[in-house]
Amino acid sequence: MTSRVGVVQFPGTNCELDVIQVVEQLGGTAEILFHLESALGGVDAVVVPGGFAHGDYLRTGAIARFSPVMDAVARHAAEGGPVVGICNGFQVLCEAGLLPGALQKNAGLKFLCEDAVLRVETTDSALTNMATVGQHLNIPINHFEGNYVCDPNVLARLRAEDQVVLRYVDNPNGSLDNIAGICNAGRNVVGLMPHPERASDALLGSEDGLVLMQSILAACGQVMSMPR
Amino acid sequence: MMFSVTVQVTHLPGILDPVGATVERALPALGYTNVSQVHVGKTIRLMIDAENVEAARAQCEEMCQRLLANPVIEAFDISIDDVVPA
Repeated sequence: MTSRVGVVQFPGTNCELDVIQVVEQLGGTAEILFHLESALGGVDAVVVPGGFAHGDYLRTGAIARFSPVMDAVARHAAEGGPVVGICNGFQVLCEAGLLPGALQKNAGLKFLCEDAVLRVETTDSALTNMATVGQHLNIPINHFEGNYVCDPNVLARLRAEDQVVLRYVDNPNGSLDNIAGICNAGRNVVGLMPHPERASDALLGSEDGLVLMQSILAACGQVMSMPR
Repeated sequence: MMFSVTVQVTHLPGILDPVGATVERALPALGYTNVSQVHVGKTIRLMIDAENVEAARAQCEEMCQRLLANPVIEAFDISIDDVVPA
């Protein structure tokens, strides 16, 4: 069975085709889930990709969480299905309450578009099951609101329960505890600010995102082999 | 009763406010060197049809918690004036 990945598309989403390209490159199949859909059509995993959903009006992700498709995504998550939010998708998952905390403006007050080195902190998640703890990944970031923040109790729980999935080696945005990505208690919902789909080919400068994209496919129940 | 509501949404203490920081840095260029702690937030005005002011306030609180503000990073303040008896 080929892994089927649903890629959510809100008005303003702009990374959905990149995600689809990489999923297909790795041997999975991918399809767009338009934000007005009320069902996921039987996909195995959901990716909420980057962009500016609903123009980021009010706050990043604030309006997107009320799109009909998000109810179906929440049900999929509650049933243990893999859900990964990338960049704006991470912001949407936080606003939707599927992940704790929020993303505030970068500490340097600048939009950041650059490579970042990430350290894999756990392999027990839908995003990192094919990676190695301590592995360094060179993956680009592209955001203004990527500075993760949560209250001290939530941070203590994230640490105690090994829910910090990825940390920045050199914190670019002031993110609390160098957090680049976290997962929920069930470990099936993961959000990260960096863009693994943009580090999927040597031509793009890095292939380090492939192991994360492969992990999503592996979380569908099928372990994909590394290309080459 | 129709109530006129003004909701002020501001950053919680410790949350970054780049617009406020930029304005604060710009004011001295105009000669205003005695200004500090500039914060820029949002004002949301709306009308609400509710039985009484308590009901209007309760619903506004709920709307702030669920959409108008993100309680993880923002504080909100609700002020209500009654306008026209329905």
